Amino acid sequence: MYRTRNLLLAAAGAVALSGCQYDVLSPAGWVGDQQRDLLIISVLLMLIVILPVLFMSVYFPLRYRADREDTSDYDPEFEHSNKLEAVVWGVPILIIVALGYYTYVYTHRLDPYRPLDHLEAGAPVEVQAVSLDWKWLFIYPEQGIASVNELVVPAGRPINFSLSSSTVMNTLSIPALGGMVYSMAGMETKLHLIADEEGVYPGRSAHYSGPGFAGMVFDTTATSDEEFDAWVEGIRAEAGPLTRETYLALEEPSMNEPVRHYGSVEDGLFGRIVEMCVEEDKVCMGHMMMVDQNGGGGLEGIGDAAAYSYDRGRTIDGFGNRIELPPLESHGSGHGTGHGTDHEALNDSEAPNGLAYVLAMDPNALCSPFGTQTEKEINGI
Amino acid sequence: MASEHLQPAETFSPIFGRLTLDWIPIHEPILIGTFAGVALGGLLVFALMTYFRLWVPFWKNWVTTVDHKKIGIMYMVLAFVMMVRGFADALMMRGQQAMAAGGSEGWLPPHHYDQVFTAHGVIMIFFVAMAFVTGFMNYVMPLQIGARDVAFPFLNNFSFWMTVAGALLVNISLFVGEFARVGWLAFPPLSGANYSTGPGMDYYLWALQIAGVGTTLSGINMIATIVKMRAPGMKLMDMPIFTWTALITNVLIVAAFPVLTATLALLTLDRYMDFRFFTNDFGGNAMMYVNLIWIWGHPEVYILIIPCFGIISEIVSTFSRKPIFGYRTMVWATGCIMVLSFVVWLHHFFTMGSGADVNTFFGITTMIIAVPTGVKIFNWLFTMYKGRVRLEVPMLWTIGFLVTFTIGGMTGVMLAVPPVDFQLHNTLFLIAHFHNVIIGGVVFAVFAGVTYWWPKAFGFKLDEVWGKRAFWLWFVGFYVAFMPLYALGLMGVTRRMNMYPDAGWQPYFIVAAIGALLILAGILCNFMNFYVSIRDRKRLACGSDPWDARTLEWATQSPPAPYNFPEDVSVVGREAFWQMKKENYEFSTDYQPIHMPMGTASGVIISGLALIFGFAMVWYIWWLAIATFVAMLAVGIAHTFNYNRDYYIPADEVRQTEAKGALV
Amino acid sequence: MSTATPAEEQSIVEPLADRPMHHAREARPHEDPHAHSSPTPVGFWIYLMSDCVIFGALFATYAVLGGSYAGGPVPKDLFEPGFIAVETALLLFSSVTFGLAMLRAGKADTNGTLMWLAVTALFGAGFIGMEIYEFNHLIHLGAGPDRSAFLSSFFALVGTHGLHVTGGLIWLITLMVQIRMHGLIGPNMQRLGTLSMFWHFLDLVWIGVFSFVYLVRLI
Repeated sequence: MYRTRNLLLAAAGAVALSGCQYDVLSPAGWVGDQQRDLLIISVLLMLIVILPVLFMSVYFPLRYRADREDTSDYDPEFEHSNKLEAVVWGVPILIIVALGYYTYVYTHRLDPYRPLDHLEAGAPVEVQAVSLDWKWLFIYPEQGIASVNELVVPAGRPINFSLSSSTVMNTLSIPALGGMVYSMAGMETKLHLIADEEGVYPGRSAHYSGPGFAGMVFDTTATSDEEFDAWVEGIRAEAGPLTRETYLALEEPSMNEPVRHYGSVEDGLFGRIVEMCVEEDKVCMGHMMMVDQNGGGGLEGIGDAAAYSYDRGRTIDGFGNRIELPPLESHGSGHGTGHGTDHEALNDSEAPNGLAYVLAMDPNALCSPFGTQTEKEINGI
Repeated sequence: MASEHLQPAETFSPIFGRLTLDWIPIHEPILIGTFAGVALGGLLVFALMTYFRLWVPFWKNWVTTVDHKKIGIMYMVLAFVMMVRGFADALMMRGQQAMAAGGSEGWLPPHHYDQVFTAHGVIMIFFVAMAFVTGFMNYVMPLQIGARDVAFPFLNNFSFWMTVAGALLVNISLFVGEFARVGWLAFPPLSGANYSTGPGMDYYLWALQIAGVGTTLSGINMIATIVKMRAPGMKLMDMPIFTWTALITNVLIVAAFPVLTATLALLTLDRYMDFRFFTNDFGGNAMMYVNLIWIWGHPEVYILIIPCFGIISEIVSTFSRKPIFGYRTMVWATGCIMVLSFVVWLHHFFTMGSGADVNTFFGITTMIIAVPTGVKIFNWLFTMYKGRVRLEVPMLWTIGFLVTFTIGGMTGVMLAVPPVDFQLHNTLFLIAHFHNVIIGGVVFAVFAGVTYWWPKAFGFKLDEVWGKRAFWLWFVGFYVAFMPLYALGLMGVTRRMNMYPDAGWQPYFIVAAIGALLILAGILCNFMNFYVSIRDRKRLACGSDPWDARTLEWATQSPPAPYNFPEDVSVVGREAFWQMKKENYEFSTDYQPIHMPMGTASGVIISGLALIFGFAMVWYIWWLAIATFVAMLAVGIAHTFNYNRDYYIPADEVRQTEAKGALV
Repeated sequence: MSTATPAEEQSIVEPLADRPMHHAREARPHEDPHAHSSPTPVGFWIYLMSDCVIFGALFATYAVLGGSYAGGPVPKDLFEPGFIAVETALLLFSSVTFGLAMLRAGKADTNGTLMWLAVTALFGAGFIGMEIYEFNHLIHLGAGPDRSAFLSSFFALVGTHGLHVTGGLIWLITLMVQIRMHGLIGPNMQRLGTLSMFWHFLDLVWIGVFSFVYLVRLI
């Protein structure tokens, strides 16, 4: 297996040298390496049956053509053979059994949610990646910085991605490092990658997300620890803060964004992005789920729709421009929004499912429905 | 502002809804040119039809017909016309990607390019591939089981015209408004009310919904036909393989298309009435759409390919002068594929964060499908083994199919391995894979079938030289167009990019564009072939059984009389026609009157109303939508008041028709 | 769309009467003159199965989203058990009266059939009326389908069933007119049979809706 693998690696390398980067065949990280190995294993396994089939597809019609000289082997009754049936069912089944075994092993080994601490590489780096319309925001919670359309990571240390999106679905794809995972609004997904070698690797969104989609490209630079620290320090020293307000400005749709940095990040921002409550007066997803589990908001909750509305404020036209819609009209009575409406605001804020109470809750104190305690610390919730 | 362009302002007038003159794309030279071409062509056809006084015969013999053979032919015509449209989209995409490298923007801005790739996918799947296979099933299946027509002839006519209405709605979006920019499966939230404003997405929804009604009803019709209308004596295990695949396909249609109907209806409610199924907020769940649409979507790809397996089976057997190898295995393998196709949908989104166990399960079920599919390929190979293979044009397409589909199957299994899919998901590798199975599988089989059954439908063969030209151009063109995409996929290049930064990719895209041009030449050869063959039909006339075939459809005249068979055929065993030939069986000359269904205009009228209804819904023209909906109901009800739906063809007329030449 | 259900379709391609056998036929089995009985019941069954899949998708949607209230009202706040019970009873009774109509039709009693069909239509209309009242009430409260995913899935599932019943009512009335015009002739009997299948099917679906949407959520 290994010899063939090396041969194929050499071939892949030759192609790579010819000018184009076959990132999938010659990746720069352990995850990508493993995925490439599995790709090669699966191709080799299948060639056991594919090659004979391709040969027979061409050979049989030529060998048994009607105008051949000797047609004595013509056998119009030959329409069944238990032996052949056994082979045509048996061989593919055996191959699928083998491939299924590899699939089971590798799928568990390469589960994107599985941390790479088994690699005995350096300490992992946390990166919170948010797909915005139409750019990538990377938040480094441990370093307290953020960048747009630029990802810098230390080589040789696992990167623990937490992914989310502000509006529509995207996938974070850095083919040289390994596979991709979707980013979705109101959800947090995970991806674990590592860059074994220093270098610059292209990254992009691999799921079509609207008119600015093709511009959601970024360079992933894998550097030494020192250079990474220097990069972080440089941003801390020079760039402005990423607060809830600046995030909301950044979130506005835009295309082909240049690289941009933020020297500090407001506490718990990523948590609020995931929970869709960066804006004031919006109920966080986790709080909403808590209210729903505790029996909903009752008839009084009907009027609170505006506090749960998210997509309406992000409406765009076909060219990617924001369309301003009037805010949601409120039906029914409602709890009020906690700004001293006449509707028994005081009682309300004490009612466990009242809107004012929920809005006043500290998101940092709430258990996120999306992760465990440790992840909560990571996310800064 | 993200762009200097602006969508026309959202206005509403009671008469025109939100349709304003701003929505007519007069600033798009490509569309104006297309419109001029379509309008001129339409005028020419109109003038010629009027000059030759063809309108009345056209209405009587074609539009209102309930004859499954004519409906089958009309499906094929629809598919060829829509293939031209879908292929034009493909050329535009290949052109764009060949240009838009390293900072160049190419010739299509994203607003246009994104509509093009969405329309290409929708049209090729729903109105080309689906129309082709439905056409074949309509034409061939009732003849193969010795029936006079399908079980519900009016419904068949109605289904066809609903499909046409859906196709027309997609094409109207070219000139009035815009089409969707969401990819062919329209994942929300992108396809929801807030991120796809404008009428494009609504065109998508109503076109598919209207066409989907036709498809579901057609599926019901075909199953009832196979279950109830088989010739006396024909047991299920005696049916020709193509009929078997038609049965299994239609079971898939009836089981899967309602899911599409429901899913699109939910998205429609989201967009029109602020429902919250697939929104980010109010507890909606976009991933549910992804699950639902793929629960339909995966069986859908088998709906396309399984009838093609049937076509290939018939051709391999006929042209090898042997019965199909392993008939029972063939049937069981198809049945396995049918069942398995419902338990693999998640492999389309391994990358959405399902756990390793779930991914492993769906990965392995997907690979298991490769087993019965592989068995089928072996059975075709062993049918040729020890046969007498005639390498005529249908057989060339078949060999092209075997080679290309096998390669496509291999890349498909690669994608079924979850960790490999993490890398290749949404890359051009995926694009190359499914074109490999859809062109190499469906399209090649369709052209094989067209060449094979053309003489049955028209009484003369297609020209051999042009047929071979078309085959070789398609075959070579396919590999030139899609092998570069495999390579690009292995570089990690993403699909649906209207431009890309890495100029190193450009040579591959240029090669792919050249491949598309070769395919264009292949398509031109196809049409040239039709022209030449019709012109030289006297030279190519061939009697009723030109291929020395084995199944019952060849027992009829070519083209078959409206009643198909002059008597109720009774059947013993498989390959009914082959046995009749061995027994020197001849139809009786003691003709009886034949009971036949009558044509009706209800189908085309309701479908025309459905088209207007769809258009009115797209543009929020509520009064028109209500009026057409009520009218549809009224016409439907009025139709049920007509009890006079059948007639007898007198024995004399049957005698005269049969005298012109039955069994050769 | 309800205008085109297969039930509307008549079996047109019916077998001819027994005919003398032809030469070279002796080896072949005797032709069964009833081999091609009407395909309508089979076709309509298949249609019902496809409709079942639509309802299945809607039930699944309700199962997924039924707990997403978005801080709004829950079933207990909105549904009145007594009201739902009456509504359910109306539909169940309509199934019984349809059965009675079928019995009368079996005895070729045109007037009896029409009478029971009219009672069925009244029950059905009562059911639809109550449903419209309930929807209107909810929307008036502000608990329309736009308030939460739960309400969306509720309105879609119950509303789809309601649309089916409405379609059934239109069909029922049409058929009553046709029976008056032509009596209980063959095609009308066939239509009556298919409509009966449709009506009982809707009853069955409603039992699912009643248990799954109302009963379980109110306990």
